[in-house]
Amino acid sequence: MATLKLDNVKKRFGQTEVIHGVSIDVKDGEFIVIVGPSGCGKSTLLRMVAGLEAVSSGEIQIDGTRVNDAEPMDRDIAMVFQNYALYPHMSVFDNMAYGLKIAKTPKLEIADRVGTAAKMLELEDYLTRKPRELSGGQRQRVAMGRAIVRKPAVFLFDEPLSNLDAKLRVQMRLEIKDLQRKLGITALYVTHDQVEAMTLADRMIVMNAGVADQIGAPLEVYENPQTEFVAGFIGSPATNFIPAETLGDRPAKVARVGVRPEHAVLADAGTGQIQGKLVYAEALGAETLLHLRLQSGEMFTIRQDGTVPVPADGTLTGVDWRQSREISFGSDGHRTPNESAA
Amino acid sequence: MEKRVTFKGWLLPLCLLLPQVVITAVFFFYPAGQAIYQSLFIPDPFGLSMRFVGLGNFEYLLGDPYYRASFLTTAIFSGLVTVVSMGMALYLAVLADRLIKGSGTYRTLLIWPYAVAPAVAGVLWLFMFNTRVGVVSWYLGILGYDWNHVLNETEAMGLVVVASSWGRVSYNFLFFLAGLQAIPKSVIEAAAIDGAHFWTRFRTIVFPLLSPTTFFLLVVNIVYAFFETFGVIHTITSGGPQQATTILVYKVYSDGFVGQDLGSSAAQSVILLIVVGILTIVQFKFIERRVHY
Amino acid sequence: MADGMVEKRGVGLWFTHLGLIIGVLIIFFPIWLAFVASTVTQPEIVRPPMPLWPGDQFFENYRKALVSGINAPVAKMLFNSFVMAMGIALGKIVISLLSAFAIVYFKFPGRRLFFWLIFLTLMLPVEVRIVPTYEVVAGFGMLNSYSGLIFPLIASATATFLFRQFFMTVPDELAEAARVDGARPMRFFWDILLPMSRTNIAALFVILFIYGWNQYLWPLLITTDPSMNTIVMGIKQMFPSGDDIADWPVIMATSILAMLPPIIVVISMQKLFIRGLVDSEK
Repeated sequence: MATLKLDNVKKRFGQTEVIHGVSIDVKDGEFIVIVGPSGCGKSTLLRMVAGLEAVSSGEIQIDGTRVNDAEPMDRDIAMVFQNYALYPHMSVFDNMAYGLKIAKTPKLEIADRVGTAAKMLELEDYLTRKPRELSGGQRQRVAMGRAIVRKPAVFLFDEPLSNLDAKLRVQMRLEIKDLQRKLGITALYVTHDQVEAMTLADRMIVMNAGVADQIGAPLEVYENPQTEFVAGFIGSPATNFIPAETLGDRPAKVARVGVRPEHAVLADAGTGQIQGKLVYAEALGAETLLHLRLQSGEMFTIRQDGTVPVPADGTLTGVDWRQSREISFGSDGHRTPNESAA
Repeated sequence: MEKRVTFKGWLLPLCLLLPQVVITAVFFFYPAGQAIYQSLFIPDPFGLSMRFVGLGNFEYLLGDPYYRASFLTTAIFSGLVTVVSMGMALYLAVLADRLIKGSGTYRTLLIWPYAVAPAVAGVLWLFMFNTRVGVVSWYLGILGYDWNHVLNETEAMGLVVVASSWGRVSYNFLFFLAGLQAIPKSVIEAAAIDGAHFWTRFRTIVFPLLSPTTFFLLVVNIVYAFFETFGVIHTITSGGPQQATTILVYKVYSDGFVGQDLGSSAAQSVILLIVVGILTIVQFKFIERRVHY
Repeated sequence: MADGMVEKRGVGLWFTHLGLIIGVLIIFFPIWLAFVASTVTQPEIVRPPMPLWPGDQFFENYRKALVSGINAPVAKMLFNSFVMAMGIALGKIVISLLSAFAIVYFKFPGRRLFFWLIFLTLMLPVEVRIVPTYEVVAGFGMLNSYSGLIFPLIASATATFLFRQFFMTVPDELAEAARVDGARPMRFFWDILLPMSRTNIAALFVILFIYGWNQYLWPLLITTDPSMNTIVMGIKQMFPSGDDIADWPVIMATSILAMLPPIIVVISMQKLFIRGLVDSEK
């Protein structure tokens, strides 16, 4: 296993810069998830690490060695592709063994390594099949097996679960986490799904329009988002944003205030921080989502326990929260220190 | 259309291209260039020197009644071949399409004449209509019709048209059947429920939906009739009688190789080149449309 | 017609079959006649009308054609045709695969130029440039040779274009995965691209084999030596010049032999053939 270092890595396509300088030190055995909306540059960043895209400026180091100009095969990496990229004419065994064959690994060792990986991934019964004879989840496992047998320094995952149905995605997510713990791999994992990011990552990089808005452990990012974008992107349902002037009594540099749905509660009409009208309630069983329209016309969501009674649609009500739970942002979208908490 | 990922290097791709480039340069571009070059000259009678005449060969050709006649012959010939082979193929394809079971069997029975070379087809039809031993001409004689394509220009044209269309029916049948089977059955059923009878359905729904296939086949068949029917003409009529079946390609051959008139033959090649170019453009324009269709 | 349904039933169904069968018979008739003629004696043919049912001279006529022929043994002509058709089909496939691979998977100076040059050669048949091509082939001393028969007919890029189209549909990720797996370009070509192109190669082979086998004008020009004749052009050479009566049984036996190989290819590989036909016209 190995370390990975990105130092102010940038990417330009012609005149347009699409990645504006990303830096991170990945420790040995650390699982890093890059998360962001489509078009934020997360896949491009991953492909630069893989060596499939050229680095425009900055430096990428694997195990302390600069690899900017190295071919993918010389970087000691393995990659799991979004659509698996299995060789359609090769059996499962051959798909997994292909890289080793090219590296002229002795036959016995190939059989041994593929066997071990197949056992770990429960693919032993399918080794002679072709990819088209496998289910989606099995193909996904083969793609992972192909990476595992190589014993690479760094694993790269490019949205590996996005082609699976919801149920399978949850299952594979757990398996990937399990594998990562067993193998202690250093990994870079790209996804647009914040749940995947939260559950898999040791640390996550939240990317927005070519910039790493925040790098940190999932809960830390959740608790302490550094930008309005991060606060809005991480967490579901999304954070409510309220213009500071409608609340009053906030420091002058605060432009907008973020309140997570789970931190807000209903209050009697006329009391609380703000007033609104309940538009509709979604009872999900364990919890209920209350959608309100504020006086300003904006929507506001409250998440409350499923056992708490729900007022009738159209009820005028107050909304309250602890001011210490607020996440406040300046007019540039960056976090301002929380004075009441300080 | 470009690949996102490409391999690096320029030496390897050049080596990979080399065989194709060399063969194409030597046997395609050089001769094509020579044809254009030679079309501007007239060789002296002994073939020792060439005299530059500019567009003289072309002027001469376009004024030459024989060449003009050959143009007309080619137009009539390709028009007839296209209509005959496509008409017969459409008729058979419409019938086969109406069978839910068995259309595959008829397809197998009908496609293989495609494999018969035009020259061989020519020999087969020549045999049937041979003035001395031909079975068909003999029976026509019994009926009181004196068949003689060696002397009669219309009969000669008719024979080469039929012989050229014969193998082509297979090809057109295949595409028409595929086109018909691609029309959603629900559309035709809806028309049937609306009370449209077979002929009305065909005229108002099936044929319009088939028009991309029809147009495509039209172009392809004209190209076929222009260039690939040399074997039929050469085996059956050798361009006769009185040049009645001398299509343009045949004339390039007979002027260039039999008549040894290189300048004129080269100029004819260039004119054919232009005709092919136009047909190619038409075809590609159409194909682009079909992609968007 | 009275019934409005899509599929014909009852009497209508029988009429449909009848129409098709008549069509099949019309298409079939010239070949039947040729076959009958190849099994009877010369006198039976020259005294019309010839019989419409096969005679007992099958082995005699075919033996005569194959062993002695008229100008050259037909067996030799069959062999020549086979070499030419295989040479054209395989040669064209090989050079086209290589150049399509170069054009699709590499970025190098002049790539667009190569592409357009290759594009230019589409659809310009050898018939159009016969005289200068003949001079080139003669200049190389390739008259009456297999290479003279094969090379000029390989010199077009239809197949390159087809393979390019197919390569473009191969997912980018496969090349990327191969690169990550450590495959260099030629390794990727052999291990991944070639096996994936199998069906396309086979379909194109069927079409090219028939194309090569059925060539007429080109062999007519450059094979003056009867022992180099191909069978399709050799048939015409069997007709006597002047007023002599042609040896019809032998000529018809030769015609049957000439069409047999491509027909076998078409029937036995019908699926590939149809696919190749559709591909090559797209």
